[in-house]
Amino acid sequence: MFDFYFELPLLLRLVLQGTAVILVLFPLAAACSMAERKVSAWIQGRPGPNRTVPPFLAWIPGISILQKLGIFQLAADGGKFTFKEDVVPGHVNAFYFILAPIASMIPALTTVAFIPFGAYFTELADGTMKLVPIALTNLDVGLLAVFALGSLGVYSLILAGWASNSKYPFLGGVRASAQLISYELSMTLSVLPVFLWVNAPGGPGTLSLFDVVQSQSQPGFFGGMWYIFLMPLSAFIFLIALFAETNRQPFDMPESEADLVGGFHTEYGAFKWSLFFVAEYAHMIVGSGIFCLLFLGGWNPLPWVTLADVVNFGAGFLPLIASPLVMGVIGITLFLLKVGFFIFFFMWVRWTLPRFRYDQVMTLGWKKLLPLSIANLVLYAILIAVKDLYFPNL
Amino acid sequence: MAVITVERKPLSFLERTYLPNIAAGLATTFKRMVQPSETLEYPEVRPEIPVGYRGVPTLVYDPHGREKCVSCQLCEFVCPPKAIRITPGEIPADSPNAHVEKAPKEFKIDMLRCIYCGLCQEVCPEEAIWLQNQYSMTGLTREEMVNDKKRLYELGGTLPDTHFKWDKKKAAEEAAAHGGHH
Repeated sequence: MFDFYFELPLLLRLVLQGTAVILVLFPLAAACSMAERKVSAWIQGRPGPNRTVPPFLAWIPGISILQKLGIFQLAADGGKFTFKEDVVPGHVNAFYFILAPIASMIPALTTVAFIPFGAYFTELADGTMKLVPIALTNLDVGLLAVFALGSLGVYSLILAGWASNSKYPFLGGVRASAQLISYELSMTLSVLPVFLWVNAPGGPGTLSLFDVVQSQSQPGFFGGMWYIFLMPLSAFIFLIALFAETNRQPFDMPESEADLVGGFHTEYGAFKWSLFFVAEYAHMIVGSGIFCLLFLGGWNPLPWVTLADVVNFGAGFLPLIASPLVMGVIGITLFLLKVGFFIFFFMWVRWTLPRFRYDQVMTLGWKKLLPLSIANLVLYAILIAVKDLYFPNL
Repeated sequence: MAVITVERKPLSFLERTYLPNIAAGLATTFKRMVQPSETLEYPEVRPEIPVGYRGVPTLVYDPHGREKCVSCQLCEFVCPPKAIRITPGEIPADSPNAHVEKAPKEFKIDMLRCIYCGLCQEVCPEEAIWLQNQYSMTGLTREEMVNDKKRLYELGGTLPDTHFKWDKKKAAEEAAAHGGHH
């Protein structure tokens, strides 16, 4: 059915796929800003933005539900940011000032290339079924590439802070760099136990995110267990570091609108400002995606219940379910639901906790999380070694 | 004065991680999230005005339709921001209310000056000026924001009265004229 697609030139296919992913990610990131406004409103006992509706659509019955949810406010916000006068203040270094928001989009939209969203069965030439990830690339260095590119995001903040030639943005940029370096360490150390577990001796070594999900989709008690149950401490440290890496409250030191006006984006407005925030939400989406892949079994619906199980079960009633298209849609939907929950969790935490003081952020990063993640790594290294040496068949 | 020294207990390990408190906080905000919102959708839903609210100052009629103000100008005198300007006038002799003698010819309250303090209402010996329920006063020009006498009576309307001071006074005077004694 889809053969014509695979006969297209490789380069064209890659461009199409990449565009499709960006066309989903970009509006999703923008929709997060509306979700943020609504969640904050509900938490604070307000209805939130609920008035906007285009006059030419207002006659449609039932449209008031969308209106109440603020769907059209999203378009209004986007239109405002696009058409507002885009000021470049006189005292800034214009080249780097304009470069910064563009640079913020690059890592935000690049990291998504390494995220598998789902999987489907394809029939090999010898007739066996093989599970294939739906992803732009399935690199063996998957997670390493995400970390390498994701941490480039801070350069745009530093660039913005520096180019603004003003003290508050500068302080915001400095804080961003210090915070990212501090939490990058614990973040990387916290996922090492996962890969120690995945890369059992004798097998081919991999850092691929698809393989991590596959190792959570095995039969057996440990095989089907999500890593959040196996390594709760890793998941916990990773989650906290994720909050810090995406500059979310309570770690939004680079922004700190109370003490730094707006931090790195003080001098920005209109479209350039909105690019920073689309990038921030894209980082959140990608970060939540990685958390779901590493610790929550990716596109598997429940612990010990894999997508393949569900699809094979469903195909017993309706063979259509096993087709690559339907299976891919089911997988992507499950994955996006999990990611959506984490986006909500990010917002929920933001409107619950106050911001840390800067020294508290540093103390937490260097004195608490780093030793904890090292201890966690050593503990799991020993446990996994014991398991591999004495209980290889567990 | 007794000084009570409160013993500060050292925080337990769990308390020092803040995690139980963060979880409690998340629970609180989640509960708040599923409750209905407390905001009134303002132009469609109006707030309930409590008794004794001090809104826009107005002039009122008594239940017989007589304007209560006798233009004594006490309110003009007491008004801290000098928002009130009264031009006193006589009541014509053929009017049924001629015995009241005086009524304002013009009564202006500049709502750009008014501070809604309610001193005019407090000082008024005739209970003629009332700060009622209207809380929203808008206009496009400075002139529009000055309430003249006509507008003040439109806003004020009629309020119940139990005294009928001037009617009693008139009755007493008439009785005195008949009986030679009052």
